[in-house]
Amino acid sequence: MRERAKPRVAVFKMASCDGCQLQLLDAEEALLELAGAIDIVNFAEASSHIEPGPYDVTLVEGSVSTPELEEQVKQIRDQSRVLITIGACATSGGVQALRNLADTEAFVRTVYPTPAYVKTLERSHPISDFVKVDYELTGCPIDRGELLGALSALLAGSAPRLSTSPVCVECKRRGYVCVVVARGEPCLGPVTRTGCGALCPAFGRGCYGCFGPSQPPNTEALAKRFIALGLTPKQAADKFRFITGWAPAFREAADRLERGPRSAKEGATP
Amino acid sequence: MRFLDHQGFERLLATLADDGYELVGPTVRDGAIVLDRIEGADDLPRGVGEEQGPGSYRLTSRGDGRYFAWAHGPDSAKRFLFPARELLARMRREGGAFAVETAPDERPIAFVGLRSCDLHAVAVQDRVFMHADPGYRRRREAAVFVGVDCAEPGATCFCASMGTGPRCTEGFDVALTELEGGFVVQAATPTGEALLARIETREATEAEVEAVAETERTAVAAMGRQMDEWDMPALLYRNRLHPRWKEVASRCLACGNCTSVCPTCFCHDIVDGVSLSGDVATRTREWASCFSEEYSWAAGAVVRASRESRYRQWLTHKFASWIDQFGTSGCVGCGRCITWCPVGIDVTEEVAAIRATDGEVEVVTS
Repeated sequence: MRERAKPRVAVFKMASCDGCQLQLLDAEEALLELAGAIDIVNFAEASSHIEPGPYDVTLVEGSVSTPELEEQVKQIRDQSRVLITIGACATSGGVQALRNLADTEAFVRTVYPTPAYVKTLERSHPISDFVKVDYELTGCPIDRGELLGALSALLAGSAPRLSTSPVCVECKRRGYVCVVVARGEPCLGPVTRTGCGALCPAFGRGCYGCFGPSQPPNTEALAKRFIALGLTPKQAADKFRFITGWAPAFREAADRLERGPRSAKEGATP
Repeated sequence: MRFLDHQGFERLLATLADDGYELVGPTVRDGAIVLDRIEGADDLPRGVGEEQGPGSYRLTSRGDGRYFAWAHGPDSAKRFLFPARELLARMRREGGAFAVETAPDERPIAFVGLRSCDLHAVAVQDRVFMHADPGYRRRREAAVFVGVDCAEPGATCFCASMGTGPRCTEGFDVALTELEGGFVVQAATPTGEALLARIETREATEAEVEAVAETERTAVAAMGRQMDEWDMPALLYRNRLHPRWKEVASRCLACGNCTSVCPTCFCHDIVDGVSLSGDVATRTREWASCFSEEYSWAAGAVVRASRESRYRQWLTHKFASWIDQFGTSGCVGCGRCITWCPVGIDVTEEVAAIRATDGEVEVVTS
């Protein structure tokens, strides 16, 4: 039906596990339709046939954790018309951003026999720390439906619809019974962006926040609830410091819990 | 009034199923009494009870043979009459035109065991959707309602003070009151009368009729909460700058659980989708919440950016501007928003707090 040329799409990875790229490779029946709609011209995970840029749409997975990756992501940006970062690593620094709380220098000295060969950044960064990002698909891994929806929207010439509402909205649409209310289970759903289909509550488990913070979330009120459910402030802080723990809203929530109520109060009054 | 024994009750459900109705009734799933498609009386939560409080719900075992000795769980008829996600249109490109595919016919629903609060909630949603929404009207007009008087209201219930229960007074085809060994039953519509005529019942005894009244008295006395509606909607309008809004916003997660479990909340979003090939387009309606920041996104900006403004919008709409808009309160006193709030915010407490310090901040209108 379409007369115009198929958009050229590239897929890159930084520091990551490849799980988000697999959501694309794993798209099953949608793969054929996808192949008919776009030209994937650079996707090392899928094919050794690699074409140079520029690209119409570029998907980037993974966090930026070395000077080399920092340089690479800037080059990718220069070659891309629309840049979409995919997954918790690319959008918040990922679970590897837990190292941002410790002394990277000490890790390198302890782990590697010749530390001089290791060039690393002090922190694991989301890609938006270095370049302009057009759209962010969060999640660990991303949701395949959300990825295909975003690509379909771009192909049709409209902006992808990426909801900022919390997981609860989708959890209730699907008729799942609230695990906080009916089981006393700590759940990050009220402060986490929807997109996963409320996967964990569907199996009776609390959400662990892998899609990152929702609309400006009230983490303080939820933390209070966690403590009322029997968690220590440290345990509550650890709930926020996980897959997307470096996302500012979750980082601040954990910091506040670890500082304790007294200093948190002092911090609040200027 | 007639009396229906347990065998007759099973026969009632079987007759509805034989007539082609999809039975929707209470059943236990994932630690709660939910509303779902059921096969018959065996799927009902017999002998099951529950304990509810702000932000807390637990099932209990009663050890008796009662089918309906519990207060409602999170679901109401809303989930079925106004589905959480409904495909409105699906269009396929064919040649130079679009072919519109229509939704397949649905079986009519027979609701079994709705409480008076939920029957009233259907009437509230009727005012929103009946004139404007063909899908809702089709499902609503085809549905049959078997109500059951509430004998065991929950700790978060306040239907008695909202005038919507606990006894079924309207909105049903057939209503039951559960007693030892069976039900006192009455029909309120030709559909209900025709249904009862096909099932074996007997004249209810004087003692059984008295037990119906007693069930209502006991339930009213056991009601966990109350709402003082006096001076609504003016109370909330003149207190729109009350400091309580900021205070409750500090506790509110803005997660939208209250609006999702509310049997009358009707906010929704229309979502358009397109296939990768560009040959199939869909238009879907899905539940949304006024607690979502994006819900008030209009013309490039969020209109209600603070949680405070969103909580105030919800509560004020429910108890005040709903009256101006639809001629009735938007609240039926079911208390679900209290039980299913993950942090246990209690609307009866919030309204009472504002009432207690009514006029603390004066609103000057010119």
